Amino acid sequence: MTEAVDAQRAAGLVVDAEVARGNFTLAVSFAATPGRVVAVLGPNGAGKTTLLSATAGLLPVSAGRITLGGHVLDDAATGSFVEAAGRPVGYVFQNYRLFPHLTVAANVAYSPRVRGRSRADARATAGHWLDRLGIADLADRKPGQLSGGQAQRVALARALAGEPALLLLDEPLAALDAATRLDVQTQLRQHLSAFDGPSLLVTHDPLEALVLADRLVVLESGRIVQEGTPAQVARQPATAYVAKLVGLNLYTGRANNSGVALADGGSFTIPDNGQHGDVLVAVRPSAIIISNQRPELTSARNAWPATVTGLTMLVDRVRLDLDGKPSALVDVTPAAVAELELQPGSHAWLSVKATDLEVYATAAPK
Amino acid sequence: MVTVASPSRLTARDRARRADRDRTDRSVPGLLAAPALIAVLFLLLPLIGLLIRTPWGHLAQALSGTDATQALILSVWTATAATGVSLVIGVPLAWVLARTRFPGQRLLRALVTLPLVLPPVVGGVALLLAFGRTGVIGTYLYSWFGITIPFSAPAVVLAETFSSMPFLIITVEGALRSADQGFEEAAATLGARRMTVFRTVTMPMIYPSLAAGSVLCWARALGEFGATITFAGSFPGRTETMPIAVYYALENDPNAAIALSLLLLVVSLAVLVSLRDRWLRGGVVA
Repeated sequence: MTEAVDAQRAAGLVVDAEVARGNFTLAVSFAATPGRVVAVLGPNGAGKTTLLSATAGLLPVSAGRITLGGHVLDDAATGSFVEAAGRPVGYVFQNYRLFPHLTVAANVAYSPRVRGRSRADARATAGHWLDRLGIADLADRKPGQLSGGQAQRVALARALAGEPALLLLDEPLAALDAATRLDVQTQLRQHLSAFDGPSLLVTHDPLEALVLADRLVVLESGRIVQEGTPAQVARQPATAYVAKLVGLNLYTGRANNSGVALADGGSFTIPDNGQHGDVLVAVRPSAIIISNQRPELTSARNAWPATVTGLTMLVDRVRLDLDGKPSALVDVTPAAVAELELQPGSHAWLSVKATDLEVYATAAPK
Repeated sequence: MVTVASPSRLTARDRARRADRDRTDRSVPGLLAAPALIAVLFLLLPLIGLLIRTPWGHLAQALSGTDATQALILSVWTATAATGVSLVIGVPLAWVLARTRFPGQRLLRALVTLPLVLPPVVGGVALLLAFGRTGVIGTYLYSWFGITIPFSAPAVVLAETFSSMPFLIITVEGALRSADQGFEEAAATLGARRMTVFRTVTMPMIYPSLAAGSVLCWARALGEFGATITFAGSFPGRTETMPIAVYYALENDPNAAIALSLLLLVVSLAVLVSLRDRWLRGGVVA
């Protein structure tokens, strides 16, 4: 079993490396298997683009190695390094970087052409990819005459026309306006699932990651802080950053049978599932109940006083920011805000059912 | 107590114009207008004078007494050859200066652009000392290959290249410096080796600057006088370029000098007009 897993791992991209750039060091270890999309999620400056650059061969690693399908791309220990031009990698850059002096067709034909195919052959390949991405009618245009969504597809076609074994996408949808983004996202999903090799997609948009990826790698300050399926990450965020992205309250604490003493004050009663030691507790803002006095007889095992410090109107609800032990974000209807006469400074009681608390062990930092 | 300066008069047209553009006062203050006008007159009056004194009636006759055709042909082909040489060796140097780092690079950059500020005559003397028959390199050229460069057409090309190549180098280097290297990275990830990147991405993307630099270089070569006359002399038909022909004609046949000057002016204007769209209006884009 583990042998099969190892073989599958080796068939894809394996990164176990450090990349030093000035004061910043990226130190990551993860694998991307063929046919799967790994989203690298993280705040600005987390090292996401650095990771792509190292994988593409635009930056050498300072320690460790990167392999693709068992072939060494870069190995600091042996000094072996495959130049960017020699790596079977397709890179879709954040601003696409389409050659402004070439037509769309010539942009897409560029990779087969410089990799030694004949002019006619390269043109045929370009035509094939333009067809597949539904942009054959743009063939004679210059990049300057394309909309954002069109440029994105041309960039993808150009990367795929080189018949890469690995696809790298840097914020592929960031340059698009909200209206075209959803459309392009749907198409991108189809093209990524049709691609045989592993794909590495960098984004800071959690929704993009959840929709496009089979697996998430969360990067913060050059380190992987969480790795898992989108569902796992969304349900059990490992850090405050991830919790904020997926819109959950997250608390750290120490579990002891049926209770958790929270690090920042307060405590929770939790379902007794034998948790011990350092844990994280995630709570949906809509699972917390707010009342104007201490709830008397209720099934909620947790109740604590808090003070409203802020109100934000979301689309169909109001998000309350409350200060207490612990502090919490709570989602209520506008009607509830009016009825309870909530405003900054209001005192209220919060309660939550023990079964609405997601309690899980703190992952050892990688 | 509110103090407001006394109002000036602003017509509807003025108002529209100010609202349209960048909201600043577009009229020119007197202290700037006068010197600006003097500058315009200073630059244009001599050219107008040239046009006024041109013997329009017998231009052909004035030119016939000179070796104008020969001089023009020599000037054009030597300037073109100098530009060609500059492109072949100057552009790679511009790339090296813009894209690599090595000790002494700043000094090297200063040195290769020295001919920009060096009096051309000094350049001619230096060339003579290097390539002259007894020069540092010339000695060997002569004793090994029997080649003598000074006072020949190739000497004209060398003198012109020496004076004009720096124009091409600084223009192209500036463009390479400001060019977005992201495109070159993209080309590399698409499988292009470095020379392929240079040929298919770097050069086409700086084409406007390359063209502008070449024209500057060509124009400078066409007008080159000091280095040429020092290093190549002034043998009619062999090394006497247009500027040198004009200079000698002025001594004994002013009408011919005027006619020759007019010819050069026309060539220069043609260059300027051909550049109008690509360069003068759009600016030197990288």
